[in-house]
Amino acid sequence: MKEKITEIFTKFTDERDNLIPLLQKIQEELGYLPEESLKEVAKFLHIPESEVFGVGTFYSQFKLKPGGKKTVVVCRGTACHVKGGARIQKDIEKMLGVAPGETTPDMEYTLETVACIGACALAPNVVVDKEIFGQVNARKIKEMFAPAETGTTQD
Amino acid sequence: MDGKEIKAAPGDTVLKASKKAGIYIPTLCADKELEPYGGCRLCVVEIEGVRGQPTACTTPVAEGMKVLTQTPAVEKIRRTAIELIMSDHPADCLICVKNQRCDLQSAAAYLGINQYKFKRTSRAVNPDTSNPFFVRDLNKCILCAKCVRVCDEIRGVGAIDVAFRGFGSVIAAFGNQPIISSNCISCGSCVSKCPVGALYLKNEKRPDTEIVTVCTYCGVGCGLSIGVRGGQIARVLPDPNSEVNKGHLCVKGHFGVTEFVHHSERLTSPLIRVGNNFIKSTWNEALELVAMKLGKYKGPEVGVISSSKATNEENYLAQKFARVALNTNNVDQCARLCATPTLEALTAAFGCGAMTNPIGDISGAGCVLALGTNTTVSHPVLAMEIWRGVRRGSKFIVVNPKETELARWASLWLQNRPGSDAALLMGIAKVIVGEGLEDKEFIKGKCENYEAFKTSLNEYDLDFVENVSGISKEKITQAARIYGTVKPASIIYGSGITQHIYARDNVEAAANLAMLTGNVGKPSSGVNPLFGQNNVQGACDMGALPDMLPGYQNINKDEAREIFDAAWECQLEGTPGLTVTEMMKEAGEKKLKAMYIIGENPVISEPDSQHVIEALKKLEFLVVQDLFLTDTARLAHVVLPAASFAEKDGTFTNTERRVQLVRKVIEPVGDSHPDWWILCQLARRMETKGFEFANPSQIMEEIAGLIGEYAGISHSRLGSGGIQWPCPDKEHKGTPILHENGFIRGKGRFTPVEYREPREKPDAEYPLILTTERNRYHYQTGTMTRRVTGMDMLKHEEYLSISKTDAERAGIAGGEVVKVVSRRGELKVKAKISDDTPEGIVAMSFHFPGTPTNVLTDSFTEPSMRTPELKLTAVKVVKL
Repeated sequence: MKEKITEIFTKFTDERDNLIPLLQKIQEELGYLPEESLKEVAKFLHIPESEVFGVGTFYSQFKLKPGGKKTVVVCRGTACHVKGGARIQKDIEKMLGVAPGETTPDMEYTLETVACIGACALAPNVVVDKEIFGQVNARKIKEMFAPAETGTTQD
Repeated sequence: MDGKEIKAAPGDTVLKASKKAGIYIPTLCADKELEPYGGCRLCVVEIEGVRGQPTACTTPVAEGMKVLTQTPAVEKIRRTAIELIMSDHPADCLICVKNQRCDLQSAAAYLGINQYKFKRTSRAVNPDTSNPFFVRDLNKCILCAKCVRVCDEIRGVGAIDVAFRGFGSVIAAFGNQPIISSNCISCGSCVSKCPVGALYLKNEKRPDTEIVTVCTYCGVGCGLSIGVRGGQIARVLPDPNSEVNKGHLCVKGHFGVTEFVHHSERLTSPLIRVGNNFIKSTWNEALELVAMKLGKYKGPEVGVISSSKATNEENYLAQKFARVALNTNNVDQCARLCATPTLEALTAAFGCGAMTNPIGDISGAGCVLALGTNTTVSHPVLAMEIWRGVRRGSKFIVVNPKETELARWASLWLQNRPGSDAALLMGIAKVIVGEGLEDKEFIKGKCENYEAFKTSLNEYDLDFVENVSGISKEKITQAARIYGTVKPASIIYGSGITQHIYARDNVEAAANLAMLTGNVGKPSSGVNPLFGQNNVQGACDMGALPDMLPGYQNINKDEAREIFDAAWECQLEGTPGLTVTEMMKEAGEKKLKAMYIIGENPVISEPDSQHVIEALKKLEFLVVQDLFLTDTARLAHVVLPAASFAEKDGTFTNTERRVQLVRKVIEPVGDSHPDWWILCQLARRMETKGFEFANPSQIMEEIAGLIGEYAGISHSRLGSGGIQWPCPDKEHKGTPILHENGFIRGKGRFTPVEYREPREKPDAEYPLILTTERNRYHYQTGTMTRRVTGMDMLKHEEYLSISKTDAERAGIAGGEVVKVVSRRGELKVKAKISDDTPEGIVAMSFHFPGTPTNVLTDSFTEPSMRTPELKLTAVKVVKL
């Protein structure tokens, strides 16, 4: 990991404006931002570690923990809400045994929520990786997370 | 504003202007020394022509601006802001430590809030009690971020920041870990700033009275406001009115006083040795014994070690006692180990051996050159001034072998080899002259001996300097160009350049550099030594030196002695006496037979401590006067219990020559007495005249009559704030900057500096260089700080800092106990692998008597210099 980060640093100057681009680049390379990498960034930019942590935890794009193989995003926009989005979220939480922002112990799924994905006509929506599942209901959820054929069912 | 015409300065914010005009605008996040934040939304106002309600704290004033501070719209926003904060703020005011001192309470009351408008919720997190001195209860946090901002903007630490988002936002250390695991320096500035009960001191009691005095630790001389309740210290806070510390303290001043003052091990009655034991005695018995014994010796057979921790009045009496009652010039103090090279070199160059400029103007320098100082650790409050400058964008050059916190602030860090400071500075001077960057007018008009100095630069070919210092020619040139062109430039330095055998060369080289660039006698310039103890400057001013009478009058000058002969009604000896190090040597040879040691612990602090112990054991009579039974006191024949700084009146002179009033806060603990009282009692019993003082104020009157720089100083004047000497008369306001109207000695004198290799050299047998350093949580020999539970928790034991490479070479791991051996002694200590320590160098502090670092160091001194080499000892590290 250290070599990769050192390699990334060679492409940046040590101005503090580079904090966000650096974090993005590291996440792109490592998939998430390990604590050690945040400390390295602080050292490189001559800024406090707490500041890097503050920025890393503020933006939802940054992940401080490794994610699961698949990311499940429940849409919590207005249309999805009206169509039972809250219920869908509860069901998935129960199914996976994790809360939004968390990853299943087997590192299969990371659960997240989003304000609106813009596919309101299909509400309620769930996105697994880049695939959108529309008009989701309890049965579909069961299918989506069926052990053998995870994520392969179609609408 | 509100229809009233008011005046404000350009750059003022609307909030600041309103304060000046006496118009109240509520706020929870604004603070006069912090940058505007605009976080609490309470200070919103309406400004004609501006859309919406901007925050007064972030809006700069403009000519003709029309501001309304009390409109219905403004009122509504303020109420909502408070109601939102109150929605998740615990309603336990009566049991909150901040009850009646809480800004949220005041703001809510001002706005007339009488109900909870929003649904109540809570954060429900456990308070962080990991720090020994304060608690962080984030349930009460209102996210004003004053703590974050003071930690970053003022202290330069940045231990905490706002983390996470939305309702989940919290003030967090890295990784949201307990504060103890962060780089927090436990200074307590965040606690002082917190407007609510989110940050509060542990063990704080509300006092009955508060008394302002001066801190007893380092030479910065911070003002303390000590709260007293029932005759005991209830809490220590920074004095907000002190010009020195401006409402801040370091961990030692803030949290390191109460426990040692009231410690159960304080000496409470005189002790007299009977065989191998001490028995308690009355003062009368002990004083009679000491007076009788000391009276038996001839002048050269007796020595007095005074203390740079004691007050000016006490140092004055100690040297007078030595010279008049004991008829000897053998009087010295620990300034010998750090400050005398400064006294000598700066007196020779400028005419005065003291810091040229005040602490407060360091931040105004365009360039600061820091030599051998770990300021954030040894002088934490002064480091705030440096940080202020660095944040402003001043160029900061650091010369230090270790990667200190300052090195991380630096625009240029020169990691030189120990013992190469003079060569490096002369190399820089050579570049300045070579590139024509010297201030020719200043040199011609105000200085002398320039040609001789210039000739001495020939020796410092840059290849040679690079070779000696380990600093590349490019970096030396870069440093020279910065220091030579950015004005004004200030040099600050610490014991890193003065605790050397040839330390005077280092200070001379620094003085040369300042004169060369015309950086003396101007604001934010000069040559500024940072003294390690509270009263190093004062103890020297008072003549607690073997070759100087009070006011730096040479003892071997007849006209100087005549003045004191007349004043003290005595016949002074004209030959200079022995230094501390020389006294130890003569004691070892039984030439010195009796010693009187006031408040010093040479067994731990002096180099080559094994020899110090042997020497002290050979004395026929040893008196030690201290707060505790120190390792030195254990060897004494009589131990006299002294009162601490909190138990007496007097004055300390800080590192910037500021004489400040020390006030009695509590009665002396047990049957202890102040040093000045004990000295007067002894003198009286030895039938010596001139010690009939009823209080320290009378002693200061005598001092003012004899020392020109102190002529205008009296306790009554100091009551309203410190005065920087020279203060020649009662109306004089003191002298913050020296040499403003020309050098005190007439002309500034350049000194040719010849390169001298350090005497102590590593070789195949002893390949590493040990350098001594300080730790943030302890002080000198640890007599006071090791008795403070919290300090002990933060730093419990000594360790040897060693680089990864050297550790691997020696086959040792971090945490492993190793043996460190020098040509003089050895000890066992835990190793700590440290990135801060470069290859070839190891470092230890000397705060822990269990690992007495000074058994390793060399006490040898050059006759012409008389300071030992504490910063450079050849050692080997052996795996056990």
